[in-house]
Amino acid sequence: MNTLFFTLHDFMVHTKGVTYLIMGGILVALPLFWWFLTERDDEN
Amino acid sequence: MGISRRKFIGCLGALALGQAAGVPGTAKGAAGKEFSGWPDSLGVLHDITKCIGCRQCESACHRVNNLPAPETAFDDLSVLDQKRRTDADVFTVVNRFDSDRPVFVKTQCNHCLEPACASACFVKAFEKTPEGAVVYDESLCVGCRYCMVACPFNIPAYEYHKALDPRVTKCTLCHPLLKEGKRPGCVDACPAGALISGKRDELIAYAWQRIQTFPERYVSHVYGEHEMGGTSWLYLSGQPFSRMGMREDLGTKSAPELTAGPLSAVPIVVGLWPVLLTGVYAISKRKEKIAAQEKQAAVEQAVVQSRKQAQDQLETLRKKWEQEKQSAINFEVKKALEEAAAKDPEPSQTKEDE
Amino acid sequence: MTDNGGQTVRKLWTPFNVIVGIILAVGGVLTLMRFTQGIGAVTNLDNNNPWGVWIGFDLLCGVALAAGGYVTSAACYIFGLKRYHSAVRPAILTAFLGYALVVLALHYDVGRPWRLPYPIFVSQGTSSLLFEVGLCVFLYLTVLFIEFTPAAFEWLGLKKIRAVVVKLTLILTIFGVVLSTLHQSSLGALFMIAPSKLHPLWYSNYLPVYFFISSMFAGMSMVIFESTLAHRYLSRHMDDTHHRQAFGVAMGFAKAAAFVMVGYLSVKLVGIAIDGHWQYLTTGWGMWYLVEVIGCVALPAVLFAMGVREKNLKFVRWAAAWTVFGIVLNRLNISMIAFNYHLPSDQRYFPSIMEIGTSVFIVTLGIVIYRFVTTRMPVLHEHPDYPAH
Ligand code: SF4
Ligand code: SF4
Repeated sequence: MNTLFFTLHDFMVHTKGVTYLIMGGILVALPLFWWFLTERDDEN
Repeated sequence: MGISRRKFIGCLGALALGQAAGVPGTAKGAAGKEFSGWPDSLGVLHDITKCIGCRQCESACHRVNNLPAPETAFDDLSVLDQKRRTDADVFTVVNRFDSDRPVFVKTQCNHCLEPACASACFVKAFEKTPEGAVVYDESLCVGCRYCMVACPFNIPAYEYHKALDPRVTKCTLCHPLLKEGKRPGCVDACPAGALISGKRDELIAYAWQRIQTFPERYVSHVYGEHEMGGTSWLYLSGQPFSRMGMREDLGTKSAPELTAGPLSAVPIVVGLWPVLLTGVYAISKRKEKIAAQEKQAAVEQAVVQSRKQAQDQLETLRKKWEQEKQSAINFEVKKALEEAAAKDPEPSQTKEDE
Repeated sequence: MTDNGGQTVRKLWTPFNVIVGIILAVGGVLTLMRFTQGIGAVTNLDNNNPWGVWIGFDLLCGVALAAGGYVTSAACYIFGLKRYHSAVRPAILTAFLGYALVVLALHYDVGRPWRLPYPIFVSQGTSSLLFEVGLCVFLYLTVLFIEFTPAAFEWLGLKKIRAVVVKLTLILTIFGVVLSTLHQSSLGALFMIAPSKLHPLWYSNYLPVYFFISSMFAGMSMVIFESTLAHRYLSRHMDDTHHRQAFGVAMGFAKAAAFVMVGYLSVKLVGIAIDGHWQYLTTGWGMWYLVEVIGCVALPAVLFAMGVREKNLKFVRWAAAWTVFGIVLNRLNISMIAFNYHLPSDQRYFPSIMEIGTSVFIVTLGIVIYRFVTTRMPVLHEHPDYPAH
């Protein structure tokens, strides 16, 4: 992760790319965690 | 590579003057990170006061880039009577602006340090190379033309009349030549010394030195030093740039700085919106459940109550009925007794006696 | 389908069909021209004005007006407002068709449409807001498609797979809202890269917020507007529930839209104040800005409010149409009218008749498909085998 960036543009392409991957992860993780959280709630 | 065409002296002196001492064109990123562009990248300084409007640069550009010959020959200067802009097969144009004497300005891609076109492109078709040129990769381009919307200098052009493989076109700063260590075609062709290529940092210093040396010849502004975060092309002029159709209201914020805000809001929405919405959902569902429970409880109570009421009613009814029955019995008994008594009073008495 | 086949033959030459037929034929010719002679042959686009009605109307207005999908499904499934249930399906269908047509329109507008998947699958230009828009529109189109499939499955009688999709309703709805928030606002943020080209009254750091908030009342107004048309022309395909709930839906959305519009006006005001742009309001552009903001947001909001107070469906319907018009005006202002405002008038863009024709063709295509679907699948009515879930 020690890539050297000389322009803000290159830096942003890189960091936003990582962020998009994280976002994908978040969208998968959140529903799973919600399911884990509420799975044992009694139906009533 | 150094500065061509003009012997370059006094660079250090200009630096000492301090006017160019700041990092030229710095772009601030998130969290205060600063980027000052590729080190030692190249640029071109266009001294507008020296341009004679001969169109040699246009001609050279066409030659170097193998562009189709234009309708009017390059030595026909009548085209200068109208304002032109870059086009699909014209990467650079010289325009004349008339004030006390004619002023000629060359226009082409300014090769921004933080190119708006590159920032806008959603397939990374533009790249700011370490040499300084902003180059375009035809094999990726989708043709959305957002780069054209984004470019503050209105430079990229589009091949609108090609049906199958239209491209965005613009000046390449002769990137292949730069890589060979040569000068851009237009710079090489200029007979008047109005174009100087070299390292951008040194060019800025040189430009400021010119301004210092000839204050009556130039306005005190190196166009491109800070415009939109700085550009690799720089301009010196004898009169305000806005008089020659060059916008001075572009600001110094680079394109990626302009979009950093909304871009960084995106992941926040992804992180928090689902949490918030699920919360709202849970609350509304809970409310529904409570409402349902209350309803059920109310119904149950109502049932209990009505049952009790019914029972009470039944009870009273039964009591009443029993009473009635009793009284009826009593009455019947009484009647029977009376009847019996009326018929024959004796036996009853006898019975009683027994 | 088969039982009204005979009817269709008899009713082939209705005015509706004739007009539609002409438009589709013209559209076919324009399509041919576009893909054989290039964009330049049919449009007035040029190097200074790279985006015209195909972006300004088809993309920006199309997406804004298709916001009814996420607004309605969020109201019903997330906020638990069950009385909107009968409005969900038509809204989802409109949204799906809207987005599908937006993507279709993009095939005309971009130079090499077969490369449209590139930003997602080949080279990700993550620094671009257009990348964001593209990714979200692609994902949202998928979500809308899945959300709509139950209606198709009911029509085809595929019970099991329908049950699976119905279970996903909540998660799909939440995804839908997240994706909509993102691309609706990013469409506004597209223009943030060009502060020197968009008139300062329209340019603002709040552009994404403006676009998102206006998409909410655009969606609600569109649901009301569309149901007005549907009641008029497709009434016989509606069931009692739909008829019964329609009034409540219209009133509820009218109330919500009016209030959101007031919120929108508030942030617009804040935007002017924070940039100190008051002085522009007295110029010609300022007048035009006020026509948009007062004339096409504030006034319809008042009309909505009157409609709600008086329980007057007519007021509400007119206000909805007016608001839709206001949204279109706003999007056109930002993408075309106030864009490149500094250029001399001979360099400004005005759409060619063929460009407009193509847009009309695409909208017509949408109406035809909407009619085809609603007259066959259980959209405006519930399928007898599957009562409300
Ligand atoms: S001048 Fe325009 S085309 Fe050239 S690099 Fe800058 S933004 Fe890109
Ligand atoms: S037209 Fe091509 S180069 Fe320009 S932004 Fe679109 S994909 Fe990128």
